[in-house]
Amino acid sequence: MAEKVLMKGNEAIAEAAIRAGCRHFFGYPITPQTEVSAYMAKKMPKIGGVFLQAESEIAAANMVLGAASAGVRTMTSSSSPGISLKQEAISYIIGSDLPCVILNIQRGGPGLGGIQPSQADYFQATRSPDHGDAHMLVFAPASVQEMVTLVTDAFDLADKYRMPAMILGDGALGQMMEPVVFEDKEITPPEKPWATNGHENKRAHNIVNSLYIQPDELERIVKERFEKYEEIKKNETRVENFMTDDADVIVVAYGIAARVAKSAVRNARAAGIKAGLIRPITLWPFPAEAIKEKADKVKAFLTVELSMGQMVEDVKLAAEFKAPVEFFGRTGGMVPTTDEVFNEIVRLNGGNK
Amino acid sequence: MATVFKKPHALTDKPLHYCPGCTHGIVHRLVAEVLDEMGIEGETIGVAPVGCSVFAYDYFNCDVIQAPHGRAPAVATGVKRARPDRFVFTYQGDGDLAAIGTNETVHVGTRGENITVIFINNAIYGMTGGQMAPTTLPGQVTQTSPYGRNVATQGYPIRVCEMLATLDGVAYAERVAIDGVPGIMNAKKAIRKAFETQKAGKGLSFVEVLSTCPTNWGMTPKDAIKWLKENMESYYPLGCYKDKE
Repeated sequence: MAEKVLMKGNEAIAEAAIRAGCRHFFGYPITPQTEVSAYMAKKMPKIGGVFLQAESEIAAANMVLGAASAGVRTMTSSSSPGISLKQEAISYIIGSDLPCVILNIQRGGPGLGGIQPSQADYFQATRSPDHGDAHMLVFAPASVQEMVTLVTDAFDLADKYRMPAMILGDGALGQMMEPVVFEDKEITPPEKPWATNGHENKRAHNIVNSLYIQPDELERIVKERFEKYEEIKKNETRVENFMTDDADVIVVAYGIAARVAKSAVRNARAAGIKAGLIRPITLWPFPAEAIKEKADKVKAFLTVELSMGQMVEDVKLAAEFKAPVEFFGRTGGMVPTTDEVFNEIVRLNGGNK
Repeated sequence: MATVFKKPHALTDKPLHYCPGCTHGIVHRLVAEVLDEMGIEGETIGVAPVGCSVFAYDYFNCDVIQAPHGRAPAVATGVKRARPDRFVFTYQGDGDLAAIGTNETVHVGTRGENITVIFINNAIYGMTGGQMAPTTLPGQVTQTSPYGRNVATQGYPIRVCEMLATLDGVAYAERVAIDGVPGIMNAKKAIRKAFETQKAGKGLSFVEVLSTCPTNWGMTPKDAIKWLKENMESYYPLGCYKDKE
């Protein structure tokens, strides 16, 4: 039977990656995610795996590109400024249709910003993981347990769709300790006949490449990738609905902000307000349908984020102007309080408790 | 009838896109001959750079990855760590290896990564049309040093072999030149030795190949070889800079 242990988010995610079959981790230190590297450095040598501290985030992400090309499950992790550096490789990884997992334990920005929790990399993750027309899978865990579950899913779906998957956490989730259960799950990564791992004179040579010099060919390949994205939107969108059935005011929040929002929703219910929470678990694909379904039934949506308002744009697009979409957020490493969110719910409900 | 000459198996049938007189074709062939002679094409993964040789993936018959500009050594590290039983080599030009990818180049040396790096030094950016490279000689005219490379404002050329030879993780570093038949034979020997060094698991093996770029140098292929001999070989002395036992 799987046992329950108390673990720090960053360490739990590292352990979960190992259990998901990741034996090749390439890292570079940056607060607040360094524990991931430290855990990997300790564990990998004992299980025949590879931990390598690269000379830069750029190099670490390119090592992931190489290991993924060779067909193994591989991962890198960083925090906001480091993710910006990894974007070059992420673009080539997307353009070469390679699977891997990238962890972003977000901190405040822009620039060096701060080291406290943030959700201000939403645009970067969902809108522009790189240059060019492209997406990656983006998962937004809201607890240490969910980080563990989603890492396994991220590896599976990355392999299935041959694309990178990002776990978009934040400094709070990375640093907090919570009880967590590791399910004993059998790992069966798919065959990778496309991998550049040596043809042994048994097949034609494989090429991993993102360069297509003929524009019509490049257009065809990008369009094929977007057809795959449509499949993913249909099959892999994940969302939690909490007390939304009869809700007048629905809060939309993900990750650590959703934890705060859930408490505020509970308090609002206790005060007689019909409040609910829609919590996107995948940010790309974004659960637009879940919001659209409620748009003509609510007084208002309230988007809560640890940013100046980024996901709120997706909520507005999904609501299609059928309901007002308001925003409340703190940024720079500040976290909204339950009372702050509660007061916003009260206001949107018409001012009455 | 006896076959006296043929294309190495490790080269594909794809026609090379290189300019007339460019030495990339010769070096491609030397690498392919070594893969053939060692019988390792099926166990080898190549990493192509950004630059003129970006299309190397179409020319080598082994598995090949096309890396971001300058990152080939990092990509090769990922491959080698995933498959330590395989031969891994990068093929990079001077802009790729000694400008944007200097960090990756140095650290693949500090780690003693057990891969082979083939470094084409032709003292110019070829693919983008002849701009100043980190290896462009003092006074050399390029598109971005139109009055000749001025060391006071544009700095000095970088001698990569000499620099890498100082690193403990580098097992083998040699500079050769495609400057005639003896030079070509010598280059082949060095490339073979580099792959043998990798086979023995000794650490990074590095071959710098002084090469010509007649198109962007604005010379005939013959004059380009002469220019290489007279100008590059004095700034970049040929020879073995590191040979770890």
